[in-house]
Amino acid sequence: MFGFHYRIERSAMGLVGFIIVVASIGGLIEIAPLFTIDETVETAADMRVYTPLEVAGRNIYIREGCYACHSQMIRTLRDEVDRYGPYSLAVESSYDHPQLWGSKRTGPDLARLGNKYSDAWHVTHLNNPRDLVPESKMPAYRWLLRDALRTDDLSDHLAALRAVGVPYSDEQIANAVQDAYGQANPDSPEAAGTAERYGEATNLRVFDGLPTKLTDMDALVAYLQVLGSLTDAAVRTETAGIE
Amino acid sequence: MVADFTRDERVSALIVLGGLILAGLFMAIAGRNDLLGVHGWMIAAAGLWGFFAMVRGFGLPEPPATRLAEYYDAPTRVGLILTLLWGIVGMGAGFWVAALLAWPDMTFDVAWLSFGRLRPVHTSGVIFGFGGNALIATSFHVLQRTTRARLPDAISPWFVLLGYNLFCVIAASGYLMGLTQSKEYAEPEWYADIWLVVVWVVYFAIYMRTLARRKEPHIYVANWYYMAFILVVAILHIVNNLAVPVSFGSAKSYSLFAGVQDAMTQWWYGHNAVAFFLTAGFLGMMYYYLPKRAGRPIFSYRMSIVSFWGITFMYMWAGSHHLHYTALPHWVQTLGMAFSVVLLVPSWASAGNALLTLNGAWHKVRDDAVLRFMALAAIFYGITTFEGSFMAIRAVNSLSHYTDWTIGHVHAGALGWVAMITFGALYSLVPTMFKRERIYSQKLVELHFWLALTGTLVYVFAMWNSGVIQGLMWRTYDETGTLSYSFIDSLVAMHPYYIARALGGLLFLLGTLTALYNVIMTIRMPAIGAHDPQGDLPAEPALQAGE
Ligand code: HEC
Ligand code: HEM
Ligand code: HEM
Repeated sequence: MFGFHYRIERSAMGLVGFIIVVASIGGLIEIAPLFTIDETVETAADMRVYTPLEVAGRNIYIREGCYACHSQMIRTLRDEVDRYGPYSLAVESSYDHPQLWGSKRTGPDLARLGNKYSDAWHVTHLNNPRDLVPESKMPAYRWLLRDALRTDDLSDHLAALRAVGVPYSDEQIANAVQDAYGQANPDSPEAAGTAERYGEATNLRVFDGLPTKLTDMDALVAYLQVLGSLTDAAVRTETAGIE
Repeated sequence: MVADFTRDERVSALIVLGGLILAGLFMAIAGRNDLLGVHGWMIAAAGLWGFFAMVRGFGLPEPPATRLAEYYDAPTRVGLILTLLWGIVGMGAGFWVAALLAWPDMTFDVAWLSFGRLRPVHTSGVIFGFGGNALIATSFHVLQRTTRARLPDAISPWFVLLGYNLFCVIAASGYLMGLTQSKEYAEPEWYADIWLVVVWVVYFAIYMRTLARRKEPHIYVANWYYMAFILVVAILHIVNNLAVPVSFGSAKSYSLFAGVQDAMTQWWYGHNAVAFFLTAGFLGMMYYYLPKRAGRPIFSYRMSIVSFWGITFMYMWAGSHHLHYTALPHWVQTLGMAFSVVLLVPSWASAGNALLTLNGAWHKVRDDAVLRFMALAAIFYGITTFEGSFMAIRAVNSLSHYTDWTIGHVHAGALGWVAMITFGALYSLVPTMFKRERIYSQKLVELHFWLALTGTLVYVFAMWNSGVIQGLMWRTYDETGTLSYSFIDSLVAMHPYYIARALGGLLFLLGTLTALYNVIMTIRMPAIGAHDPQGDLPAEPALQAGE
């Protein structure tokens, strides 16, 4: 073995080739099957896509680095299920490009946050968490209420998401901008279209409490309110598997 | 810099910089309604600045042919300074985010000062800015000394060093503006990622072209590690960053992968960024500078072979230990755990090899703070890898995951291993590279050593404590079968530890500032002539193959 090595380390190309081969094996064996083995991701017929407003909200969540303090992955452990709700299934993040499972819980898990609090609670909390939770370590995001939401490129966003595998229809892509507006303005004529294209269960509300203006806050709260409710799969299937 | 270029190289540089300006302008125009435009202007400005510097120096006389008989160290010198500057930026940001966790109102209603945007400035600043520059600077030095060949040309090392730093600036400024892919340690957006691939290909080419001209038949151990670092980081970077941009006028992209496949790809990347950036590269550093400074050969050549291939093979299986008890299939979690535990063997073989090399030189470790930095690094490397293998066990990870324990582990490795070995290498390199007789103040090195050690210990013990407390509070039940503590209870319990951590970090940062001062003062000392007549070869017998 060492004699062989003695020869290998005299050849730069040999060393390069060996490093590539030796290093590739693990990844190939662990990752490639995840795309081919069907059981990796459960099927959930009721799985729905994010609305354009929720996509925009998710992008704000990413922009502000909320994932650095909040996980969205409830593990199969009893205390986590008791604290946060049914453990997370793979299918629940199957439209998440990329996933936001997170690795650090400076704040609580948010995988099942949807409908836990009112919109008004979120707006107050995001504006200054210490108004509601004096001990909180979370930053105050006052600019979310101030900044107008950018919507002009939402169709491009949906199209890019379709390119990576999220099943948006042509109609959904074409109407992305007005659907975003409609979702945050339930009394506007656009709202009907949003409900039609994304289902009656879609939240149509003035999320930020400011009827006249579409803000970053609207989008972020719309996103937070659907966390964990894109599918009921987790609630339906779970009792087994908790350790 | 321009004076070192031949006429042809000056022309090539002008072409490359012209291309950079054009690319920047294209981005600025295509992205005029987007933050992409801001980065476009920054890139164009960087190109323009280089272009003018090149034009101004264009008429300088060409470098003499005698230069080819010498090593080319100018990029290493600049790289060492950049290492320190990024160290201060990155650790400064680290101190600031640590303070934000203790006193969150320090956000002052400024978006770019908020925790979520500054944290990646810290992680990228220290890993890529500080660590990456240290690796590039030392690899150029080690490569030339161990092959006894000059770098193949003058232009490509500068392209790699400056291009890489442009990447770092784009990355960090992007986070402040809110541009991030959110994937940890792979946050920069698609255009920065593409640029890094270009830089990396040139970096790899420098390695291969220098090795092709080597005058030593064997490729020294340190180079195996640097090569693994370059190659594997390229593979990881390309696969994990596959994404579809929203448009060519938009900075935003969507990852090709989703959900569980994305999580696995991300942590295959993430863990191996640890393995091949924060471990392999720095082991390369250790294998050259530690024996050299101690004046003793590597303890065992065979042990270094075993640990090299063990690390290269096994780390790539271990990523799934970041996903225990998640929606990742069970078999992948089990594989990750198994390989992580066995990984301790090659890891300790490396740490042991370093410490056994010091056998017989312990008096030098006692007297020389520079060597002590490196010895301590090897010890922390041993501690961190032991801890890592332990945390990879599913039952342990059920407690440690999501808590500050992970942060403690990270910084035992980052401060104790990565930063200490870097400082050791830096202090031994600076006098040689700048042709100064010695480092300006040995006392300041000594002070730095104690600041760094104390800072690390305070940081790591604070986080170990808070992590374990947090993990236990989250899972404790009372007699009625309900959870005993609310999340807020655990948050309140963390507060004193967050203050302690910020103080530990501050000490560490102060140490880095003394290093910068010391290096500046060293450079201001008078130069001496030739240095190190043996040509800086590793301590003999460097290669004991076939013994
Ligand atoms: C510095 C870390 C940190 C960052 C960054 C952060 N949070 Fe928090 N978050 C916390 C902490 C700590 C709590 C618990 C105390 C509280 O409720 O304020 C919390 C609580 C929450 C809650 C209440 C959860 C519950 O179940 O009670 C929500 C919702 C939330 N955060 C959303 C966000 C969003 C959205 C962002 C990004 C815009 C964000 N957080 C960024 C630390 C953070
Ligand atoms: C001045 C010294 C430093 C201080 C004060 C500091 C502080 C911090 C803080 C506060 C965090 C965030 C923790 C959290 O989210 O709870 C962090 C994360 C991190 N730091 Fe540092 N740090 C320092 C030096 C370094 C160095 C030198 C490195 C690497 C070489 C490093 C690498 C990291 C990494 C990788 C993370 C992310 C950890 C994770 O996500 O699990 N740090 N640091
Ligand atoms: C045998 C070697 C090692 C093993 C088996 C190992 C294992 C682990 C484990 C189990 C985690 C926790 C994952 C989680 O629960 O989320 C972790 C996190 C981490 N380790 Fe190690 N570790 C090793 C060496 C190192 C070294 C030398 C460093 C150098 C700095 C390092 C840096 C990190 C970082 C940065 C993280 C945090 C990742 C994140 O969540 O963002 N590790 N490691």
